[in-house]
Amino acid sequence: MSHQDNENNQKKEIDKVSGVETTGHEWDGLKELNNPLPRWWVWVFLATCIWSVWYWVVYPAWPTISGHTQGIGGHSQFVELENSQQEIIARQQTYLDKFEKASFDEILNDSELYAFATAGGASAFKDNCATCHGTGAEGGKGYPNLNDDDWLWGGTLEDIHQTLEYGIRAGNEDTRLSQMPAFGKEKTLNRNEIYAVVDYVLTLSGEKQRETYAQGAQIFQAQCASCHGAEGKGSRDVGAPNLTDKIWLYGGDRQTLYQTVYSARAGVMPSWHGRLNDNTIKQLTIYLHQLGGGEEEINNDQEPVTE
Amino acid sequence: MTKSPSQNKKEGGLLGLFAKQEKIYPKRVWGKYRELKWVAMVVTLGIYYLAPFLRWDRGPNAPNQAILIDLPSRRAYWFNIEIWPQEVYILTGILILAAIALFFITSLFGRVWCGYFCPQTVWTDLYVWVERIIQGDRNARKKLHDAPWTLDKFSKIVTTHFIWLVIAWCTAGSFVLYFTDAPSLFISFFKFDVSSTVLYFIGGLTFSTYLMAGFAREQVCTYMCPYARFQSAMFDNDTLIIGYDAERGEKRGSHKKGDSWEGRGHCIDCTACVQVCPVGIDIRDGLQMECIACGLCVDACNNIMDKIDLPRGLIRYDTANHMAAKVKGGKEKFRFLRPRTFYYGFILAFVGCIMLYTLIARAPVELHILHDRNPVFVQLSSGEIRNGYTVKILNKTHDHKTYALRVEGLENAYIDVKSAGNVTADNMYVAADSVGSYHINVRADVTPAIVRDIKFIIKDTGSDISSSYDSIFVSKKGNK
Repeated sequence: MSHQDNENNQKKEIDKVSGVETTGHEWDGLKELNNPLPRWWVWVFLATCIWSVWYWVVYPAWPTISGHTQGIGGHSQFVELENSQQEIIARQQTYLDKFEKASFDEILNDSELYAFATAGGASAFKDNCATCHGTGAEGGKGYPNLNDDDWLWGGTLEDIHQTLEYGIRAGNEDTRLSQMPAFGKEKTLNRNEIYAVVDYVLTLSGEKQRETYAQGAQIFQAQCASCHGAEGKGSRDVGAPNLTDKIWLYGGDRQTLYQTVYSARAGVMPSWHGRLNDNTIKQLTIYLHQLGGGEEEINNDQEPVTE
Repeated sequence: MTKSPSQNKKEGGLLGLFAKQEKIYPKRVWGKYRELKWVAMVVTLGIYYLAPFLRWDRGPNAPNQAILIDLPSRRAYWFNIEIWPQEVYILTGILILAAIALFFITSLFGRVWCGYFCPQTVWTDLYVWVERIIQGDRNARKKLHDAPWTLDKFSKIVTTHFIWLVIAWCTAGSFVLYFTDAPSLFISFFKFDVSSTVLYFIGGLTFSTYLMAGFAREQVCTYMCPYARFQSAMFDNDTLIIGYDAERGEKRGSHKKGDSWEGRGHCIDCTACVQVCPVGIDIRDGLQMECIACGLCVDACNNIMDKIDLPRGLIRYDTANHMAAKVKGGKEKFRFLRPRTFYYGFILAFVGCIMLYTLIARAPVELHILHDRNPVFVQLSSGEIRNGYTVKILNKTHDHKTYALRVEGLENAYIDVKSAGNVTADNMYVAADSVGSYHINVRADVTPAIVRDIKFIIKDTGSDISSSYDSIFVSKKGNK
């Protein structure tokens, strides 16, 4: 109001330097030039005000004691999330229909289905398997590394699928089952005998022979060879590990091996049948197979193809 | 603007504090600069509306539109140049070049961009032309504006706005054509078969064109445009500006034919320069921030000078130095070669060379290798060590290619490619103009070492073009 009064009472003063009139306001000798904003600026400002009112009405906006205003548009980020999830499921469905019917062989030769399987398998692995096997399937003590080429129960697609479905020592009818005797606990072998067989086993993967070699060899043939084979190469039918390679599930040092022979090992892998759907298990199978250790159906020892 | 705020204040109230936009009715003018403006308008609009229809053959695996920004597949095409998202620095370079070129031109010739080429100027000019064709010249338009609403006024106003909207719609439609195959989209317009996205864009741009060229006009240059403001920083006394020769013109006043020119200036205060001005200023007040240097006042004044038999150039393109020298009676040459000419020129050349180099040196294939983090390495039963890598092959050519990958710095190394189908390291397929992504395993019988530096080399099997990438091979746990 005082502005209006000024206007009526005072004559406008023109600044000499700029030629612009002043507003009549003065602070310590400084005068404010009157360079007004354009009037459309006011309309734009009002338009944004109207927009914000519209926004408050349509969208959730104001906090209340018990929550917030809902907005008449029914917008909610939860709904948005659900919608986008539905969208993703619908998108997956186009692949799932094909995937469900395809054989392993077909999937391995179709780049789209293959990508679908490995991507889905990788995420299912992290949700369900990584707890024991690690996020990169690198395994740990007692939990096999699934990247390598050493398989207790077989590394073909069918073998992996079977293990995933029914598990190992998982307590169902179709599970893979075997039991290593606890040679020490059950007093089958005494301490020296166990050390002798441990030292013998170590020679299978390149360690030096000790004086108990002959005794160890004899015990091995008598007690171990039925499952691990005369040469110690293991048997997948009973999940007996190959003792001649460089890979040890529980550790390959003398003391760990002593413990293994003394009290035996019996790792458990749960059965995923009924807990994961068939397609997920199928995706996991492909994913695990391609991690690097997967075996071909017919093992041709990777003979290079020459033309 | 130099409009008087006190005039607005008469309205009082809160709105009185804000300057009302004064409607400007630029009068028709003939002359050299007007012709230049017509030519500039035809050329720039012609390029804008027709360029999307230019074709450029890139073979069967790439679009044949000369200028195309393909957003869904993240490619930009400009004749024989193609830009991938990771080459967006080329756009940065273009922006730098454009900015420096604007500074360079401005320091020499003033705001010629504003006066002749800026889209705001060009479309406003076009809209004013439409206005004039329908409603008549300055005085007729003014009269029509003040006239009561009759059928005649109504039909003229409606026709004007209708044509404006048609132009705005064409402008928006052309913009969209740069983002998709122009001819097929053009045809689908007539089948009413375009996506809602396209329609949203056309709707929005039609509205903004209509608003900016029909109503906002000079307000954009005066209040919104940042370039208009900072271009004055490029001015010096040797910059060409539009100037009124006050020495010659003053003292101004009306002049009857036959009267003497003694003791008075050559300006007859006919206000022709004011009437034609598209931004509504009086150039005789000196150089002003609002002036877009279109030169129409020069044309208008020259026409008047011809009529009253005085030499042209009372208002002219000139430099401040030149004008001052003339006053003193001396002769001042135009000084085009000034420090800023050199440093703007140098920056232009420098950035231009860098960009030219990046375009010439653009590799037809690029390789990127990402070492697996988990597990870092895998012990195999044979004693061999295996490392996994994600391989990305960027095939920037327009042909489908197969590449052979090998590794250097690792003896007896084998590469296994994990992929659908039967892909080997000698036979890695990448479709034209796309990125091939493979997971590979490299295994080798090595003495354990934490890190070995190795190098992957990819070679196009059809030619000698290759690319390499440095990576590592890990075979032992520990810190480097």
